[in-house]
Amino acid sequence: MTREALPIVVAQADALVTGLGGPLTMYHFLFLSAILFSLGVIGFVTRRNMIIMFLCTEMMFQAAGIALIAFSRYHLNHTGEVFVIFVLTIAAAEAALALALVVLLFKRRETLDAENWAALRG
Amino acid sequence: MIELSGHLAQLSSILAAAPTDGGIPAPTDGPAWFGLIPGLALLGSIAALVMMFFRVKSKAPAWTVVTTLGASFVLTLIGFIGWYTGDQLPQVSTLWTWISTSWGSEPGQSFHADIGFYMDGLSWLWMLFVTGLATLIGLYANEYMAGDRGYARFFAAFGLFVMSMACLVMGDNLVLLYLGWEGVGLCSYLLIGHYYRRPAAVAAAKKAFIINRIGDLGLALGLFLVFTTYGTIRYEELFALIPQGVDIAGASVTGQWTEWAIPCLLMLGAFGKSAQLFFYVWLPDAMEGPTPVSALIHAATMVTAGVYLIARMYPLFAADPNMVALTIVAWAGVITAFWAATIEMAMFDIKRVMGYSTVSQLGFMFAALGLLGTTAACFHVFTHAFFKASLFLGVGCVMHGFGGQLDLRKLSGVMWMSGFRIVGIVMLIGCINLSGVPMTAGYFSKDMILAQAFTTPGALIPGAQWIAWLLLITAGMTAYYTFRVFFRVFVGPKKFYPGDDPELLALGRHPKGEPLHHGHHGEHEHGHGHDDESPDSIEDLRTLRQKEFDPETEEFDPHPPGRAMNIVLIILMVCTLAASSLYFINKADHGWVGSIVHHSTADYPAPGDSSKTVIAPDGSEHAVGTFLGFDPHKAMYYVSAVVGLIGILIAAYLHGPKGAWGLFLGNRTRTDKVRCDAVAARLGPIPRWAENKWYVDEFYDFIIRKPLWMIGNIFHLIDKLIVDGLVNGAGLAPRAIAQSLRPSQNGILQSYAVAMACGVGVILLIAFLLTT
Repeated sequence: MTREALPIVVAQADALVTGLGGPLTMYHFLFLSAILFSLGVIGFVTRRNMIIMFLCTEMMFQAAGIALIAFSRYHLNHTGEVFVIFVLTIAAAEAALALALVVLLFKRRETLDAENWAALRG
Repeated sequence: MIELSGHLAQLSSILAAAPTDGGIPAPTDGPAWFGLIPGLALLGSIAALVMMFFRVKSKAPAWTVVTTLGASFVLTLIGFIGWYTGDQLPQVSTLWTWISTSWGSEPGQSFHADIGFYMDGLSWLWMLFVTGLATLIGLYANEYMAGDRGYARFFAAFGLFVMSMACLVMGDNLVLLYLGWEGVGLCSYLLIGHYYRRPAAVAAAKKAFIINRIGDLGLALGLFLVFTTYGTIRYEELFALIPQGVDIAGASVTGQWTEWAIPCLLMLGAFGKSAQLFFYVWLPDAMEGPTPVSALIHAATMVTAGVYLIARMYPLFAADPNMVALTIVAWAGVITAFWAATIEMAMFDIKRVMGYSTVSQLGFMFAALGLLGTTAACFHVFTHAFFKASLFLGVGCVMHGFGGQLDLRKLSGVMWMSGFRIVGIVMLIGCINLSGVPMTAGYFSKDMILAQAFTTPGALIPGAQWIAWLLLITAGMTAYYTFRVFFRVFVGPKKFYPGDDPELLALGRHPKGEPLHHGHHGEHEHGHGHDDESPDSIEDLRTLRQKEFDPETEEFDPHPPGRAMNIVLIILMVCTLAASSLYFINKADHGWVGSIVHHSTADYPAPGDSSKTVIAPDGSEHAVGTFLGFDPHKAMYYVSAVVGLIGILIAAYLHGPKGAWGLFLGNRTRTDKVRCDAVAARLGPIPRWAENKWYVDEFYDFIIRKPLWMIGNIFHLIDKLIVDGLVNGAGLAPRAIAQSLRPSQNGILQSYAVAMACGVGVILLIAFLLTT
């Protein structure tokens, strides 16, 4: 990857963080995405509160979005960005739905603990 | 087309080569309306079936079936008169092709069966009494079965029976005969099991059906063998080929094993249907069916199908120079006749006595067939059909009138009771016919069999003389057991104990002290009351049937037969009496029946006619036998009469009531104290053994049913342990695997997420390892 090939925005960001030690590459973004996704998974698996679990899934979403944008930049097309816009829209709608479900579930059992909902035990 | 016409030309040359003298004449075309005879019976049956589904409560099913059967009878009569006054050649009327297939162009490489009718003297004779008796007995059953919940069902099966019997008798090929054969077997099963709520009736129906299956196997195999040997199963072709001893392709079939095998297999079928030898056990049990059925199917018509089969196929039986099958038929017949007579002499159930008597009389017919006397056999079939039907219907009246009582120790003087006079007279006429009192129809036909037995040369049928003597003894026993029933039940002091059939008891029971009120009973004086029962009286009968008869508070009045039953009895009695005159018509030709049968396939030069020799199929001459040096045909007039009278006198002495009716011989003053008891006591356990039918049923049970039952149990175990084990094992394996995997399905969302994440991790790891 050569510096001339990188678009102007990345060059500015590059300039901004040069002080942090080295040029900013796609791998940084992928790394960030991986960290965010892992935090999301860990949070989803370890926490019992349904709202927190939901937030963790949202976090995983955003991790995927960052990876998509990074790849989009890398390939110099807008497909990934358009896709992320769609994902965000859908995520917003889904958030509304999911929170409504959480409210309903809470009304049933007066608790947010996900372990109370284990009726599908084999 | 060319091959077919070539085949036809060859066939017609074979048919034309058939001898016109001595052989069976080629048939002429008959009218298609012969098909209406079975067709009308089927129509009546279907109509009754439809009424059954619409739950018709009236007597409409009976009247429909009786009307259609009556029409069948009229058509039979018209057809018969046309045939009898005409040239008396067989008539073949083909309705349509039933089965037609071929696998080559050579003669014999095709199979053809029509829905068609082969009408010769034999078919007409049978159809006359089948349709005639069916009409009369249908009329009787119209009253007898009144109030039965299966009324329409009964008449549907009744009509179907006549249709099947007509197929059997009229069919122009062996396959149609087989169809009718199975059809009458089915109807017999349905009608024996008519009272299907009674376990004994169901067991008897099953027994009849299963035992008939064994005989039918023989018939089916015989039929197959006829086809493989002669290449055809059509009578028209068969009876042209058999006398020449060639098959349809013109190749000789004489001297082969099929010569004795075919008649032996056909004979097996006849034994099954006509209850001979080892197969007789089903017929007495068949008496569980309604009495009209016993009279029509199990006495007069269906059980004579075996006689018909042998008479129809007589050219095949006589084609065997050793006459193996005929010898077996003769011996089987006489042994059955004697065996059944011994049982009857000890039986107390009068309907069973009649059942065994039928077995015994069928034995006489088979003996006659085996002894080359087809005419005598057919004559006896004809006369027996009338007098046995009237005897059965008379017994049915007694059963109907006394609450199902059939024990001859519990009935006495029935003839003197009000309303039973006609029954008594009809029974007397029937009894004198059965026992062979001179100048009765039964006397002439039995006489002909006995004379035939004595004339048949022993060189043709081994042991013919022994058979003849045994038949003579059996004739005496027949007279004894017949009049034993008559003297015990119909004459003597008036006394009875009602039976225990709630349906029949309801006809005559009433509270003590009150006379039988006419509401549910009808007018005694004007005959029978069933015909115009009002609905509430039917309700009365229904409730009465539910209640148990209580001898403390209730009384039972005998319920005499009504108008329809009496009329039928009188008609039958007249027919029985008139049948005796048939012997004098065409006397040179063995009477009227002989003149008919001689124009059929059953015709065989009976020994001892005009010459004193009989010519066997192989051309050898045999001198005819004699009765102690006299001409059997003349001697038998006296001998059989004397034997019969001796039997009656013994019955009068041992069982007759005190007074003139016992010919001053009897001393019976009560129902069950008779001289016979002293004789029986001296015989030790033998009468009891005979009463228990010589334990033949138990013996069969032991040697056939029990081993089969045990083998069945063993196979059941094998099935249960090994086969089921394998199947269940195959089912258990997935279950066991699933059991070990079940804990992973714990319902906790996060554990699923962990599993998913781990799975993704593993896939990534594999992908990573594969790419590097």
